Amino acid sequence: MSVKQISVFLENRPGALHDMTKALADGNIDMRGLSLAETSDFGIVRLIVDDVFGTAEVLKDAGFVSSLTDVTAVEVPNVPGGLNRVLEVLDAAGINIEYMYAILGNKKSESAYMIFRVDDNAKAASALVSAGVKIMGQEELSAL
Amino acid sequence: MSNYYQPEIETMPHEKIRELQNEKFLKQVRHAWDDVPYYRAKMQEKGLTPDDIKSMDDLHKLPFLTKADLRNAYPYGLMGRPLKDCVRIQSTSGTTGQRVVAFYTQHDIHIWETMCARAIAAAGGTKDSVVQVSYGYGLFTGGPGLNGGSHLLGSLTIPTSSGNTDRQIMFIKDLSATILCCTPSYAAFIGERMKEMGMTPDDIPLKAGIFGAEAWSESMRRDIEATMGIKAYDIYGLTELCGPGVSFECEDQHGMHINEDYFIAEIINPETGEILPEGSTGELVFTTLDKEAFPLIRYRTRDITSLTHEKCPCGRTHVRMTRLKGRTDDMLIIRGVNVFPSQIETVLINQGYPANYQIIVDRVNNTDTLDVRVEMTPEMFTDNLGVVNQRQAKLVDGLRSMLGLTAKVTLVAPKTITRSEGKAVRVIDNRKI
Repeated sequence: MSVKQISVFLENRPGALHDMTKALADGNIDMRGLSLAETSDFGIVRLIVDDVFGTAEVLKDAGFVSSLTDVTAVEVPNVPGGLNRVLEVLDAAGINIEYMYAILGNKKSESAYMIFRVDDNAKAASALVSAGVKIMGQEELSAL
Repeated sequence: MSNYYQPEIETMPHEKIRELQNEKFLKQVRHAWDDVPYYRAKMQEKGLTPDDIKSMDDLHKLPFLTKADLRNAYPYGLMGRPLKDCVRIQSTSGTTGQRVVAFYTQHDIHIWETMCARAIAAAGGTKDSVVQVSYGYGLFTGGPGLNGGSHLLGSLTIPTSSGNTDRQIMFIKDLSATILCCTPSYAAFIGERMKEMGMTPDDIPLKAGIFGAEAWSESMRRDIEATMGIKAYDIYGLTELCGPGVSFECEDQHGMHINEDYFIAEIINPETGEILPEGSTGELVFTTLDKEAFPLIRYRTRDITSLTHEKCPCGRTHVRMTRLKGRTDDMLIIRGVNVFPSQIETVLINQGYPANYQIIVDRVNNTDTLDVRVEMTPEMFTDNLGVVNQRQAKLVDGLRSMLGLTAKVTLVAPKTITRSEGKAVRVIDNRKI
């Protein structure tokens, strides 16, 4: 089980990020999570949103290049060692993590949520599920 | 067999063409001497009279004409006929500074349109073709030239002129255009727009495109051919000589046949003016053979190419010039290295980037800098920073091995580089020298 992440290309210039958030705001897109990676020349914003395909359309219409990537969304118990436990499982299964970031849950949530970009989503999912770690589908994520 | 407009002339044996050229050449030199005082004075400076010119073998004795002469003689100084005999004026876009104004008699218009008719026929054009002319109409020679050629050939002509790209696509589709004529950068733009509209080559009836008025690369040709599902033919010309059609490609796509019954072509060393042997790369020089209003003897085009008389599979016997490497005006000298925009374009397309790019040259601390701005595309983008970085580095490597110098590559957002409906502005040179 994996979920869709949208990655957006941004030029490294003042206002580029704001142009994107404005397009998303105008398109009434609700963001669940965001992570930014940058070089001196350009940046890549990775987004978790409530409406993946709507977002892709909104971005395209506003002239942004974006791509969809399958990532694994994991519910991490909000206790010391929670994330460590998840990484232990992935490590044991030989899963390579390209990057990861935390996303927002709701205020009352007792869990944290992490997005993992791994080399093999299916393998990661089965390792996590058999170790009793909860992973999330698109709908659960949207419902957060 | 190839499709010709005038087979008897286009496939005339080489010796016959030489005879015809010789006869016309002597008349044209006489015409310039008698009717163009500016050129007579240039000949006199070299101590020449028409009697010194006994055949084409004496061509090398004659003085060159350059853009500077055109400027000095502006507007009427190079005319070979009184204004009352002229029927048309065309003018250049002035991309290289000075505007050229050329004059035509009815005869001059006719030979120009004849050359364009040959070019359209070489691209497969017949009475049954529907030719959409998306070159600009007006002072620019592109529109009027191809329009006239298409009429002579008897094709149905759609004079859309340039611009309004969605309407261009609508006409191609609804009116079943089979041949499209425009600049290569506009063809690429139309192709890009078609893709955006979700159209594939199967959705349009186009079979061929005749693209010229700017230098373009072989890889850009293949790109346009794939996007539109057509065969793309190069065409060459200069307003000074008439306009497009001076030379054109046949289905073999290996160089453009120069209409030798109307021009003599030479290749010279641009530094010394010395004539180079066939096959050498150098500056292209033309002598008109049949022009009334604007005869030009040994006119230096500043275009860099080479010539070959090698037999062409299409059956045409007229000499071929290779794809333009660029205009001496387009050539950039960066850190002492000669750079043509078409070289940069080749690297971009080979690596999957769009042909829409911009080259920014500047000078920082007395060193030239070269910045190539390239648009990011959905095909080249991924969520992985490392991969995007690697692709960028590969582009820098590719440019280094093509140009012999290091360029900075800047990836920019889509559509941020201005699209051109006519000649593209590829180079911004900010150096203050």
